[in-house]
Amino acid sequence: MENINLITSEIFISLSLMSLLILGVFKNNSSSIVYNLSIFTLFLSLLINLNLFSYNNFYLFNGAYKVDHLSNFMKVLIIVSGIFVMLSSSKYLKINKIFKIEYPILLLSSILGMFIMISSNDLMVFYLGLELQSLALYVLASFKRNDQLSSESGLKYFVLSALSSGLLLYGCSLIYGFSGSTNFDQISNNISEVQYGLRLGIVFILVGLAFKISAVPFHMWAPDVYQGSPTSVTIFFAILPKIAALSVFIRFLYVPFINLIDQWQTIIIFVSIASMVFGAVAAIGQKNLKRLMAYSSISHMGFALAGLAVGTNEGIQSSLIYISIYLLMNLAFFSCLFMLKRNDIYHEDLSDLSGLSKNHPILALCLLISLFSLAGIPPLAGFFAKFYIFLAVIKEEMYFLAIVGLLSTVVAAFYYLRVIKTIYFDSQTEKFDINHDIGLKISLLVSTLIILIYFIYPSPLQALISKIVIL
Amino acid sequence: MFEINLGHYLTLSAIIFTIGVAGIFLNRKNIIVILMSIELILLAVNINLVSFSVFLGDLTGQIFTLFILTVAAAEAAIGLAIIVVYFRNAGTIRVEEIDKLKG
Repeated sequence: MENINLITSEIFISLSLMSLLILGVFKNNSSSIVYNLSIFTLFLSLLINLNLFSYNNFYLFNGAYKVDHLSNFMKVLIIVSGIFVMLSSSKYLKINKIFKIEYPILLLSSILGMFIMISSNDLMVFYLGLELQSLALYVLASFKRNDQLSSESGLKYFVLSALSSGLLLYGCSLIYGFSGSTNFDQISNNISEVQYGLRLGIVFILVGLAFKISAVPFHMWAPDVYQGSPTSVTIFFAILPKIAALSVFIRFLYVPFINLIDQWQTIIIFVSIASMVFGAVAAIGQKNLKRLMAYSSISHMGFALAGLAVGTNEGIQSSLIYISIYLLMNLAFFSCLFMLKRNDIYHEDLSDLSGLSKNHPILALCLLISLFSLAGIPPLAGFFAKFYIFLAVIKEEMYFLAIVGLLSTVVAAFYYLRVIKTIYFDSQTEKFDINHDIGLKISLLVSTLIILIYFIYPSPLQALISKIVIL
Repeated sequence: MFEINLGHYLTLSAIIFTIGVAGIFLNRKNIIVILMSIELILLAVNINLVSFSVFLGDLTGQIFTLFILTVAAAEAAIGLAIIVVYFRNAGTIRVEEIDKLKG
């Protein structure tokens, strides 16, 4: 088989995942060994991926699997965020007694599924990757199995996600029927005129994908699942599946259906506007920080979709920059959330942050930076993310989208600033524990520093992303 | 003689699909019914794919169906496991009583 070396990292992850499972079953009390080895696995596959970084436009398995700059970049993003998520959450898992061997193995298998999604160039491969990812996520959401909230969130996620997979599959079957192929390139060759069934198929698949990135009107699972599942899983939910689903959005819309842009552009614009506005408005009354982040991520996904609605390379690149910076901001925020621990109980309500700046000035500063960046205040990274999106949108003269986006950032700034007001100006409460492990400190430090100094040195990210040319 | 063509198969699968989706939204009693509805949706997709595959003279659709059947089995297994876990905690699987998370 030619080009088999291009999927070395997938093969490596799947082999090490199986051997870690065997190790975990046969060796007693091996949860921390398995956990550390899975971080090491991710690290090695990061090295493998960086090694393959220069390959572009290679096809494997009869054109069903594609390796190009987009897939390489997204895979590196996935692995980096996976490593940081695992580094930052080990103590949380130990304290909540969910530090078991299955946990890192499920994370790895869901990351493997995301890899397959990102590289897929065929509806069948895409579906299998998606299911591998979400089957692991169902279990992860209900991982704290003696907790009613966690199992409820897993149940809700399972029902709604299975429904959306069903809709997506129905769309796949229609597209297969009306174009005669499941391969993305062949679909784009086969469709000549716009058929009714094809349009219906696109809509169904967009529904399924919009569900995966929790865009309005398919967002209803996000707040519940974010709040109910353990925080270590919430941070995973907030970052990784969105990266994977966004790259599938790009592949799906811009390879087979780029000629039908008039058909899907309106849908994407609607979804994007609805998510931006709803995410901003609905977050205002929230008391729970995880729930707040769910609404904030809905609104951020609206911005990422606005970049895709444009239909130019610039739009795609701006949304890739957006998702990379979104990753950092969420990582920083959730790392701060992991630090709100008092006597081995984690706190996640807005009122727990009250007066944080007096007791923990550095933690408060980090939260301030990440919240300002989420709100899009210059010169932090979040501002530039939104700036590129608006640049691309305005260049294509889609003024309405830009205006709604700007207005919704104003609304969104209200609730971010309210959190900051609670941190800095409310009366102080008891101190939190300060015995955090090194992994959590590293991930908080790295993400905050990158957010802070991105404006001095933006060129590496832009140079990487400017290589990704889809059209 | 009345002949069955592609349109009939598609209509059948569209009807089953609609029953499945409606089953999820109208059902107010039991989560097991939702699992069955999801299964119905996947079966509708399978009918669609197989009939397309036969009428196009292309095997891809039938292979896709095999994959879907496998994944559906895994999904049902995980779904039932989650329902069991939930039942242990809450003591009920009535849909209207699953409302601890809201806001």
